[in-house]
Amino acid sequence: MTTETVVRPRPATEDGPPPEQRPGTGLPALGFLAPFLVLYLAFIIGPTIYGLVMSFFDTSLVKPGLSGFAGFGNYTEALQSSDFWSSLWHTVWFTVLTTPPLIVLAFVFALLADRAKRGRWFFRLAFFAPYILPSAVVALIWIFIYTPGLGLIETGLLKIGLTSPNWLGDPNWAMPSLALTTIWWTLGFNFVLYLAGLQEIPRDLYEASAMDGASPWQQIRKITIPMLARTTTLVAVLQVIASLKVFDQMYIMTAGGPNFATRSILQYVYDEGFTNFRVGYAAAVSMLFFLVVLMVSAVWFAIVRRQEKGV
Amino acid sequence: MTLTRRALLSGTAAAAALGLTGCSGVTPGRDTRGSLDYWNLFGGGDGVRMTQMLDAFRTANPRVTLSAVTLAWGNPYYTKLALATLGDKPPDVAISHLTRMKTLVSSGLLEELRPADLARHGISADLFTPRAWQAGLVEGKAYAIPIDTHPFVMFYNTDICEKAGLLDSSGALAPLDSPEKFTEAMRKAKEASGAYGGVVTINNDTSTPWRIFQSLYSQLGGEVLADEGRRVVLDDAKASQVLTFLQSLTRSGLFPAGSDYQGSIATFANGQAGFYFQGEWEISTFQTAKMPFSMTLFPNVFGGDRYAVQADSHTLVIPRRPDQDQAGLDRSLLLVRSMLDQSKTWAEGGHVPAWLPFRESAEYRAMTPQSNYSAAADAAVYDAEGWYSGSGSNFEIVMGSAVATVLGGQQSPADAISQMRGQLLNLSKTASPI
Repeated sequence: MTTETVVRPRPATEDGPPPEQRPGTGLPALGFLAPFLVLYLAFIIGPTIYGLVMSFFDTSLVKPGLSGFAGFGNYTEALQSSDFWSSLWHTVWFTVLTTPPLIVLAFVFALLADRAKRGRWFFRLAFFAPYILPSAVVALIWIFIYTPGLGLIETGLLKIGLTSPNWLGDPNWAMPSLALTTIWWTLGFNFVLYLAGLQEIPRDLYEASAMDGASPWQQIRKITIPMLARTTTLVAVLQVIASLKVFDQMYIMTAGGPNFATRSILQYVYDEGFTNFRVGYAAAVSMLFFLVVLMVSAVWFAIVRRQEKGV
Repeated sequence: MTLTRRALLSGTAAAAALGLTGCSGVTPGRDTRGSLDYWNLFGGGDGVRMTQMLDAFRTANPRVTLSAVTLAWGNPYYTKLALATLGDKPPDVAISHLTRMKTLVSSGLLEELRPADLARHGISADLFTPRAWQAGLVEGKAYAIPIDTHPFVMFYNTDICEKAGLLDSSGALAPLDSPEKFTEAMRKAKEASGAYGGVVTINNDTSTPWRIFQSLYSQLGGEVLADEGRRVVLDDAKASQVLTFLQSLTRSGLFPAGSDYQGSIATFANGQAGFYFQGEWEISTFQTAKMPFSMTLFPNVFGGDRYAVQADSHTLVIPRRPDQDQAGLDRSLLLVRSMLDQSKTWAEGGHVPAWLPFRESAEYRAMTPQSNYSAAADAAVYDAEGWYSGSGSNFEIVMGSAVATVLGGQQSPADAISQMRGQLLNLSKTASPI
């Protein structure tokens, strides 16, 4: 799953007055914001409120209107449903499998690409290129790679005398296989954020420390990593949210299978809403998931606040 | 509906046109004019043939502006169809699977097709494969015109089967009508192909495992749901017998234990398996591959005297709209009749025609391998009734997922059955959203 919003970390030193004292707020600003606000209300706030209302009704996809009032019925049903909890767990498991590698590898590759003396453009392109592929293309490439009997990995491993697991067909392997695909696909985004962060670190810090006899490893540990703390927080949170939103890869590559082992919470919402026509119930599940994402965002907010106070 | 002068005239015109041409060829409707929106879900070879049929309709009815929309098959299609109808902007005619059509009827989204209206276009119940027609009735009323039956069938590689000694002197495959005969044939085919005996899709596809299970399970007389899905009547002994048999095929290496849809096609097309099990629609794939193959009925492994096989039908439906008038209805039925008259084109794609005037013709009987498995239409088992059932439904996902774990060797038949039962009970207890 990709992330559309890029939140830039605010520069460390901010000299201007606090926002509320700046000139240009008030009515004129509202005028400029109006086109955005109208769309935002129509396509984000409006549907969210409608979804919230719907979650308290037995709304059906194939009947007009909201249908009967269900109270908290949909919520209690979801919380008692093993399908709800297992798909929520799959989403969390996917997040756990993808987030650490997508942070660590992006950092390592950005560091290496930044140090490359020649052909730096090539490394940048190589790591970023998969990110611009649509999910369907990525899925098709990796379905071929994982195909049992005929796929790239199995054919390759057979040549060196190894047998490979049934990547997408074995319930235990399917999720790690999807995680690997996702890491290859979306690494480029975090890579670019880290690359930008690296270029903001003043060069003289490295020069000064080199004069004092710091080794490259010490420089990375004592200069690069601390100076990139903000970027890391940003990357981590964007990544957690992007991973929680996973849907495409699984829907296309495994359809939530084998035996529901890769059905994410969003696919559960899709299955209930669009396959079973129970949009009221699906809305309730979405709201519960929304709470989870909200909590993650709140944690991020708290961390950023603390970091800003610390600087 | 009140009878208007225009409706009366156009009805008479259609009837006159019919009287002139009888039952042969595309019904010309020179006097019919207006526009016609048609939705379908056909891709691949079916899509090409459907386009041919629509072109023939356009040529025969130059004054009708026909616009056809092809949408991706599966749940999104039915969602769109339902929402468009709810929003009073449905297509005039649409394709629906027979097993999904009843959900649309119970939601009040389809127009009833009255015998009198159908008769004006020379359409009546006795002209269809009885099973396909009967299965589509809701409380005795017709809402859908079946154009075909598409059963689960057996494809076989004629070279491999000959090498394995499975063909008789006339080149026909000996019947595989017991578990022992079936397994033995797969073993011989495996020796001949050097890789696998047969192949069926397991990975990333819940429909195919469901189809093979349902075919064998109904041969034993087993049923899954009753009372329109409110009761689960899964027979553990019968299900276990089928699942144990299926697992023995992958466990012994006669079938690959984890092939996806494209992979299983490739395995069969590359000659790495002697048999391939899928709906007949894959005929075009193997014709294009120019490989030596034939098709026949899915074997009657467990049935004895009773034959049964999983199937569904494509039907034409007329979604309900507030501004439906007789002229519009007749225009729609003109297209329906034209599709039926072009059953030959449609049958080339493997589907068993539901339109008896063609199905019983010498022309169809001469079509091979299509006519080899025509009897499947009379033994077709459609998915059990229920709001959560039908092609591509959650019912099939629940059943197919469990069957796939057995085929893949990840679960025992007993565990798979208890998983099926648990999930089905949940669905059966959920109040219908329809």
